[in-house]
Amino acid sequence: MRVAFPFSAIVGQEQMKLALLIATVDPSVGGVLVLGDRGTGKSTVVRALPALLPSMKAVEGCRYGCDPAANGSRCDECRERALHAVRGKLPVIDKPVPVIDLPLGATEDRVVGALDIEQALRNGEKAFEPGLLARAHRGFLYVDEVNLLEDHLVDLLLDVAQTGENVVERDGVSVRHPARFVLVGSGNPEEGDLRPQLLDRFGLSVEVRTSDDVQQRVEVIRRRDAYERDTATFLAAWEPSDAAVRAKILAARKRLPTVQVPDAVLLKAVELCVELGTDGVRGELTLLRAARAGAAIDGSKIVTDAHVTAVAPMALRHRLRRNVLDEGGSGTRVARGITAIYGNG
Amino acid sequence: MPMSAPAATASGDVAAARARAAAALSVLAVAGARIGGIVLRDSSAGAQQWIAALRERLPTQMRVRRLPSSATDDRIFGGLDLAATIASGTPVAERGVLADAHGGVVIIPLIERMPVATQARLGAVLDSGVAHVLRDGVRAEFAAEFALIVVDESEEDVWGVAAPLRDRLALVLDGDVRVNLDSLPDAAAIATARALIDQVQADDEVLVGIGTVCAGFGIASDRASRQALWTARALAALDERTDVEEEDVALAVQLVLAPRATRVPAPEEPEPEPDQEPASAPEPPPPPSQEPPPPDQPPPDTNADGPPPDPSADDGQMEDRLVDAVTAAIPPELLAALLARAQRPSQELGKAGAEKESWTRGRQVAARRGKPDGVRRLHVLETLRAAAPWQRARAQASAVRGITARSLIVERDDFRLRRYVERAGTSVIFVVDASGSAAAQRLGEAKGAVEALLVESYARRDRVSLIAFRGTTAEVLLPPTRALARARKLLASLPGGGGTPLATAIDAAVTAGVSARRAGTMPVLVFLTDGRANVARDGKGGRAESMRDALDAAATFRQSTLAAVLIDTSPRPEPMAKKVAEAMGARYVPLPVVDARSIAGAVALAKETR
Repeated sequence: MRVAFPFSAIVGQEQMKLALLIATVDPSVGGVLVLGDRGTGKSTVVRALPALLPSMKAVEGCRYGCDPAANGSRCDECRERALHAVRGKLPVIDKPVPVIDLPLGATEDRVVGALDIEQALRNGEKAFEPGLLARAHRGFLYVDEVNLLEDHLVDLLLDVAQTGENVVERDGVSVRHPARFVLVGSGNPEEGDLRPQLLDRFGLSVEVRTSDDVQQRVEVIRRRDAYERDTATFLAAWEPSDAAVRAKILAARKRLPTVQVPDAVLLKAVELCVELGTDGVRGELTLLRAARAGAAIDGSKIVTDAHVTAVAPMALRHRLRRNVLDEGGSGTRVARGITAIYGNG
Repeated sequence: MPMSAPAATASGDVAAARARAAAALSVLAVAGARIGGIVLRDSSAGAQQWIAALRERLPTQMRVRRLPSSATDDRIFGGLDLAATIASGTPVAERGVLADAHGGVVIIPLIERMPVATQARLGAVLDSGVAHVLRDGVRAEFAAEFALIVVDESEEDVWGVAAPLRDRLALVLDGDVRVNLDSLPDAAAIATARALIDQVQADDEVLVGIGTVCAGFGIASDRASRQALWTARALAALDERTDVEEEDVALAVQLVLAPRATRVPAPEEPEPEPDQEPASAPEPPPPPSQEPPPPDQPPPDTNADGPPPDPSADDGQMEDRLVDAVTAAIPPELLAALLARAQRPSQELGKAGAEKESWTRGRQVAARRGKPDGVRRLHVLETLRAAAPWQRARAQASAVRGITARSLIVERDDFRLRRYVERAGTSVIFVVDASGSAAAQRLGEAKGAVEALLVESYARRDRVSLIAFRGTTAEVLLPPTRALARARKLLASLPGGGGTPLATAIDAAVTAGVSARRAGTMPVLVFLTDGRANVARDGKGGRAESMRDALDAAATFRQSTLAAVLIDTSPRPEPMAKKVAEAMGARYVPLPVVDARSIAGAVALAKETR
């Protein structure tokens, strides 16, 4: 297994990095959809997350990685254990935030979980063997080429991502367990459109392009080559930068609950959504949450118009009413809307 | 070393093609999995000669596996070992062909037959070097680093290799891929180079050269630049050097980057002063935080200190020469198209979206759990596979309950259903008269109607393609695509003028229609013309001659039983247009009385009546 390329060493792709950081600071913004040319480092950014993200506290021995602080959303096993533990306290360990890959050919039983055959054989008991969704709990679930994933699997993922719970009724087992994760999908729109229902369920959507700037392209090659030739040295050289991002994430998470949205900023954000004609309130909600997380990352206690406009394209571009013949593309339309509401500034 | 750069002249130049094929072969033999692999676009016979020549030069112990494009996922990536599972009573994972070929080479003939999703998974394995198995009750990971050779026998302007896979393969040989055996290094030379490649150094100038070519020719993928670098290293190693020299890079960019060009650099090239940031640079690439990058990674914009990345003092920079080399390596006709800023026609088939699930017919895909009924049929083998791991447990459970175990216990949860996907959807082919006689304004009106039709097509997920005819030729401007915005743009910028080669247009329409039908879609041809043919099949003028040819072509069209609508774009209904429409068996719609809706209605009717 190759060691992942460090997050801080990735050249460019600022929008995608920001979207993922926002999702890390406030997972409630929903998933992140990344569309763009092949070979532009979409997967590289996602695979850099495990090494970047601060570790999380989890109940020791819990197969679902339950959060010790969240009593309400524990799995059945933890609840059961807590009854017998001293003052209901369960042992806690540090573990890395899971970033789980969903390979295209995965079958349903491996995704949602199924009866554990080994257990059934050895002890004759019906035990549940958790699937990918359980492993991704409190972390990220990554689907590359999401537009090629079979429809029934996509539906299943979206359903779980929305409810935060995985309900399994199969092979004679009946299990429900918490499964809250940030769904990250990437793909190339040329390979086939995404269904509109699917598009809308992602909180943020970013478009990834490669720069035509020669210096930037050269820097990409240079770093990539340095990494391939001497991975250990390269990782060591970039660890301080990754550590700085990590510290920023922790500070932002702490700050987030106290970040305020002034009424004037809120009003303008709503105006923007009206101007763009985004469907439903989900757009407005996501825009605000993303702006708040953006402000927190920025070290600010107050959300400003600048925070809103910075995240407006990623929060709204996939919620515009579809107009195939608009050559400008959705990004341009959002930009036009921003100019209309906020002026050229 | 007989590694001369192919003289890139006309694309038909046999010697150049042979030299390219030989260079690609040597590079793949040396670099292997580092460059992903190669696409051979040739007939099976040509590809076999190339592959045989490669195999003779690979280390004898190296594993080479052939993978039929019809292979199932479990055979490719790994899955449940049915025999071992039944024998042991617990699920046993089985390695697939990819894991089997770890450290070697995988060959896939007829890649165009392999589903896009499977090709995309192959691409993911090439990236990670690991085959993941997550199916049928097993979870396993197998190391799978290999070089992939795919043979693509699809038609000339269509790619059978899906784009996600194509991006992972450094090399592509198009047309005749046969090699001249005498020009190839022998197995010993390859072995020497293989031992050397990881020590080959490339200085900054090489990286700048590759970056310049990628940026200038609109090559978005960063994989391409990495592959070019490894290709250059392989070429240096073949020459028993440990430093990449300019000739290596020049050949590497021709082999890896030239085929991916989407445009050519602006010809005037108003070379900005070295230290001046071009105003167009969108943003310098800072790390996401404000901290300066680690000391040994100078940010790209500090040219003053650190290793001087651009030796601008040299007379004639390497990157400029590389740009010339790539320009020279692009086939002239493609170069002309790129220069004209016309984007390369999208070659994506968009196959994924064209398929729809079915329980009864189509291409068989992975079975699903469920209850069989009149429509959904049981997939016996998959059901057995699902039941297999449980046999011992069920036998035990039955014994406890005092039931004598049958030889095989299948329960309802084991049931697997056969599932298929079928190609679906309509392919609307516009055949547009861009001649002088189809007066510009009328064409404009027709375009409005067509746009409305496009919107409707979009809603129905149809594919559209565009053929324009004027002068003496009919040209496919847009192969079948779902990129409707492109279709509209092309249509809007369609130049008018010249004669009306109606016969040639109808012939082209038949070809396009039949090929769309072969691709599994339902083609509908929409002709926009005034029907006044004045250029015959032989390209000569003459109204009578031309009309005879047109009616003759129309008769052939009728035999093809393709659905068609002819929209008469002349100011008043034109008898000739009507006559041609009748001869074709097409629905005739005079423009003066139509709006978008009635055209759409006519198209729908045409589909039904065929």
